Amino acid sequence: MNTSALITMLSTWIVVIGFTSYFFIKVLKGNNDQNQIDNGN
Amino acid sequence: MSKTNQKLPVSIKAEAWGSRVGLVLAMAGNAVGFGNFLRFPVQAVQNGGGAFIIPYLVSLVILGLPLLLIEWSSGRYGGQFGHHSTPFIMHSLHRGRIWKYVGVFGIFCNIAIAAYYCYMESWTMSYVYHSVAGTFNGLSQHDVAGFFSQYLDVTVSTTGIPFEAILFFVLCLALNTWILSKGLSAGVEKTAKIGVPLLILFGVFLAWKGINLTPGEDGAVFGGSEGLNFLWTPNYDSLANPKVWLAAAGQIFFTLSVGMGSIQCYASYLKKNEDVACNAMSAGFMNEFVEIVLGSAIVIPIAIGYLGIDRVVDLTGLGGLGLAFRTMPFLFEQWGPVLSALAGVAFFGLLFFAGITSSLAMGTPIVGFLQDEFKWRRKPAAMTFGLIILFLGLPTVLFFQQGVFDEYDYWAGTVSLVVFAMFEAILFAWFFGMKKGWAEINRGADIKVPLVFKYLLQYVTPVVLIVVFVSSLLRPANDDWSKISLTGWPLHPESIIGKLIHKEGTANPKYFADRYYSELDGKVDSVWKQSYRYYVQVIPAGKTHEFAQTFTLDASGKLLISKGDQVIKNQPLYEGRVINRIFFVDMSRLLLLALFLGISLLVHIAYTRRKKENSI
Repeated sequence: MNTSALITMLSTWIVVIGFTSYFFIKVLKGNNDQNQIDNGN
Repeated sequence: MSKTNQKLPVSIKAEAWGSRVGLVLAMAGNAVGFGNFLRFPVQAVQNGGGAFIIPYLVSLVILGLPLLLIEWSSGRYGGQFGHHSTPFIMHSLHRGRIWKYVGVFGIFCNIAIAAYYCYMESWTMSYVYHSVAGTFNGLSQHDVAGFFSQYLDVTVSTTGIPFEAILFFVLCLALNTWILSKGLSAGVEKTAKIGVPLLILFGVFLAWKGINLTPGEDGAVFGGSEGLNFLWTPNYDSLANPKVWLAAAGQIFFTLSVGMGSIQCYASYLKKNEDVACNAMSAGFMNEFVEIVLGSAIVIPIAIGYLGIDRVVDLTGLGGLGLAFRTMPFLFEQWGPVLSALAGVAFFGLLFFAGITSSLAMGTPIVGFLQDEFKWRRKPAAMTFGLIILFLGLPTVLFFQQGVFDEYDYWAGTVSLVVFAMFEAILFAWFFGMKKGWAEINRGADIKVPLVFKYLLQYVTPVVLIVVFVSSLLRPANDDWSKISLTGWPLHPESIIGKLIHKEGTANPKYFADRYYSELDGKVDSVWKQSYRYYVQVIPAGKTHEFAQTFTLDASGKLLISKGDQVIKNQPLYEGRVINRIFFVDMSRLLLLALFLGISLLVHIAYTRRKKENSI
């Protein structure tokens, strides 16, 4: 791969993977109590 | 400006999400669709390679993320008043008479898109089956491409299963209906919890294979890095072209599933103080991970590894769907019988999970609407969704070649999204009011939303959406924006006005005719007769067999051409009774219009009823 392609790809991937992990970890660590399930109808 | 509904909640939420992770996965599953794997890489190839990521990320920040925040927070807000579909969610944001009818788009888009989306989903189901059954083993590239064309022709069965396309469509629809009838947590959420991780697993496996392709091994001509290099090498000149920016904005719409009404519907099942900001970002970025990381590392690297850059650039003209269904099974074949079956299951399986988690989101708004407004139970509401999709979807199955599928995709899956997103951004920022809107976004938030988003939401996003809409309305021919002038300019056939007036032009402009004329210059590749019909396959001049167009004509008439003939546009090909494509195109538009008006009528009835009951 040429350098500019590699830099573009890796920097984009790092940013995206970083944000994805950050927010998902926040979700996992956050309050997970949801409403009571009711599928009675 | 703010004049909102201050009434107390009118109904207790009967359904809710089982867990926060389940909600985020369901939202991510809603967003992740075929477009992540098939549309994004093709758009990137056609719009400047690596430089496409710049307008793409800018669009994500100024359009995508703000729209996610708007849709999540307005959905949760409407849910507090017992509303789970956009007509009354929008009404809860502002009591202006028009908004509940604008909200009709949020049910209409989902139903109309589901009608053809479930059909695509059924292709992936069928291709998983054929990958396991080894149908593609030993087929040439030409035959694999031909298999897809034959699959789409429901009148004959050359795939071994009678009426296969209809069978798989009905099967897929039944599965969707069954899952929807199980409820939000036991159906939709459970599917997302299984589907999304599996999809990512399959994607990682294929991306690994794609990146690690080695020239000379398994018949590969180039390494996987060749494809990545091609996809990610920036062509900065393309940034000066407005077409590239519009393509990036369009991709953000498709990929995040904004402007549809399904996000509001899912978010409406949240409690008043539950987080929306962090959840929205998490689901949004999960989608971006699948698109930018996995989506860029599968189709293009594998295709270039076997076919080379020039051929793949040519094939992207078919769009992502053509590349996936006409080409990929042949490429997997090169990996040997076991690995090709595995790769086929992984590739079409991931597309299936991407599809079903999206189509379930499309079914939820109408189910919620029928439950809220007409007090239906979930099962009959889900069944009704299934029947509506069967009725609306069958024309796309039966008349695929006549352009019904493309019409649904254009009007419901493209134009309506932009229109709805534009109105909801204006409603949220300028009518609901940014002060209340910002408070709503931040209530219960697990992250601090940067203040810049407040200004983006108020000024930039609505203005950009208006610009995108006007550009789509008046897009110039050949995307040559330098031709724009006060004295007028030729319109692109794909512009909204161009579409309305059939600007693309046709050699067969009448609904019914006694002759059929060639629509293109090219060569007759094959002619055959089957089940009382002639099939004429023409390869456009300068193109390869993947681009062949098949015309089906009644065998009671007389063919005027034979195999090997060169044909030119407007040349008569056939004499006999013909129903032209333009008939099917116009009828599809009427059907979509009738659907929109029908939903509007239901909204009107529901509103009148609520007024009488004083519950709105």
